[in-house]
Amino acid sequence: MKSATIQLEALTCPSCLQKIESAVKSVGGVVQDSVKVMFNASKVKLNFDEATVSIEDIEKAIAKVGYEVQKSSVK
Amino acid sequence: MQRFILGSRNKIAFISGALILAAFLSKWTVGNLAVFEGLLIIASILGTLPIAIQAYQALQVRVVSIDVLVTIAVTGAFFIRNFEESAIVTFLFLFGAYLEQRTLNKTRSAIKELTEMAPESALKQMEDGEFVEVPVDEVDVGDVLLVKTGAKVPVDGTVLAGEGSVNEASITGESIPAAKDPGSRVYAGTILDNGTLQIVADRVGEDTTFGRIIELVEEAQDSKSEAERFIDRFSRYYTPAVLVLGLLTWLFSRNIELAITILVLGCPGALVIGVPVSNVAGIGNGARHGILLKGSEVISDFSRLDVMVFDKTGTLTIGKPVVTETEYYDSSIDATLSYLASVERESDHPLAKAVLEAIGETSYFPVSDTEVVKGAGIIAAVDGRRVAVGNQALMEREGVQLNEKARADIARLEKNGSSLVLTAVDGELKVIMGVRDKVRSGVKGDLQRLRRLGVKQLVMLSGDNQGTVDAVSRELGLTEAHGNMLPEDKAAYIKRLIDEGRIVAFVGDGVNDSPSLALAQIGIAMGGGTDVAIETSDVVLMNSDFGRLPHALGLAKATARNMKQNIAIAVGVVLVLLTSLIFSDWMNMSIGMLVHEGSILAVILNGMRLLRYRLPNRLTRGI
Repeated sequence: MKSATIQLEALTCPSCLQKIESAVKSVGGVVQDSVKVMFNASKVKLNFDEATVSIEDIEKAIAKVGYEVQKSSVK
Repeated sequence: MQRFILGSRNKIAFISGALILAAFLSKWTVGNLAVFEGLLIIASILGTLPIAIQAYQALQVRVVSIDVLVTIAVTGAFFIRNFEESAIVTFLFLFGAYLEQRTLNKTRSAIKELTEMAPESALKQMEDGEFVEVPVDEVDVGDVLLVKTGAKVPVDGTVLAGEGSVNEASITGESIPAAKDPGSRVYAGTILDNGTLQIVADRVGEDTTFGRIIELVEEAQDSKSEAERFIDRFSRYYTPAVLVLGLLTWLFSRNIELAITILVLGCPGALVIGVPVSNVAGIGNGARHGILLKGSEVISDFSRLDVMVFDKTGTLTIGKPVVTETEYYDSSIDATLSYLASVERESDHPLAKAVLEAIGETSYFPVSDTEVVKGAGIIAAVDGRRVAVGNQALMEREGVQLNEKARADIARLEKNGSSLVLTAVDGELKVIMGVRDKVRSGVKGDLQRLRRLGVKQLVMLSGDNQGTVDAVSRELGLTEAHGNMLPEDKAAYIKRLIDEGRIVAFVGDGVNDSPSLALAQIGIAMGGGTDVAIETSDVVLMNSDFGRLPHALGLAKATARNMKQNIAIAVGVVLVLLTSLIFSDWMNMSIGMLVHEGSILAVILNGMRLLRYRLPNRLTRGI
């Protein structure tokens, strides 16, 4: 199990949190309850199983709903 | 293509604005309706593109977002050939988003300034002994780093070689540079003003004091209270519900105009961001003033505070005893002070240190036959004379006579809470010193400000004896003061207050008050960056600056008020829109969108006021 912090472009719209959250949660291998989208910090924090899914897949899912990933760190 | 369109959202907003303007100009001047409609159609299609893409992306992950509502509404307007509405609504939606982006960045700026102070690179010593610039992520504990003048210290570490002065304002709030030489500790995020240092990394990245502060502030700005979590859950079902409501309206009334107006009015924008915006601006203001507030829950508790409980030593007082008064009983002052200093030099009692500091430079004599009388003082032979240094009990034991003046001085000093150091030479009283842990300067005024801010009770708890505690309490005008308290007694006292239904804040330095800090609804740490205090408390006053406490409380109250205002604006707007939709005939999609976007901007601008918050003058006047 790894935990990731993903820095996004500045989030400004009220409804984007829900979109990003659903997008990340729809990726298999992501721990559902761990997903936290931070509006003001414009970050996503989550835990995922590195055997099932890679950080790149998660980044792709976020890009697909229209948000740019600036940086991500995995620990 | 999608990305390109979304990236040009702002440009599209301005182009469609210009098109709408041109359309109306041509209608009013030339009166050409074909040109008017043509321009509006182009503006509508152009403006709908990015919104529709966002709506599509949302639906892909099964979210009915506000983009979905707007897209359907605009498409509906387009099909009933109401191009005026479709153009204006898309323009307002995009332009509103642009303004939100600009203003939100502003409200977040204070915290951004803080996080941007994080060091990015370091000069690391490689195997060949050369220093090479590397990203700060590549520094590990134990690495040797070089810090040059003007550079940021990249990690928490210990100085190996070199000297210099470091500006530690980012950690301690203290603007006077601190001198560093080998063995000194340095902190990440501080700036080397002059000199060159070689340091070894003790803690890196998020483990550094600075890293933890940033982490904490970042968490705080997005922390949510129970009420906010409720709003979030609510808004999750709200948007789909509005969509269903719009559909039902259309099915039953066959009135497309009304149905699509409902879709636009149902956008819950201001409700969702109203509270986070107040939160980030309030916490940002605190961060700029050396106050860390850990989230909106803390702000809300803090603003409703009844009782403030203080630890005495180190919080209300400086935490170090100093000689505040000296009375001499004959003229041989220099000799007496030399004897006194010679004896006290042998002791490591806190009172002895205070006495030595007060005497300063003097000549010392060899000391022999030292006898320590427990709980009373020291007797020794100095320069062939018998010197007794201690309290009144020691003087009695030595058979020293105290004249009228001495007895009066003793009574007075005891009353103001001083510990006494009496010195007798060959059985004759020479000098009495009153030693006291002085009250921090400005504390009295700060306490008055807290009272004016609405704190009902100010209570002091201390391990010192009741006499000392009473003296400090009288000096500061506290409501209550209790002495002889162990850390667990303090915690029990706080628990009792909470059980009585009071909202209690505890202010301490976090060294031995951790139980009380954790127990009180609001634990306020006077943290000069001490880790325990930062972790266990809810509010941290950087650099142990007591003077920031009134600002912290005032800010918490202002922020809590601001959140309530924003909720009122958001709810009020939705209510007004819905009632006017039912009872008036002037409501249409464009006005609905205008009010909706306007309310979002209103809550952001209202939140922004917090960035400039300072304690009102009326609270400070006459102190």
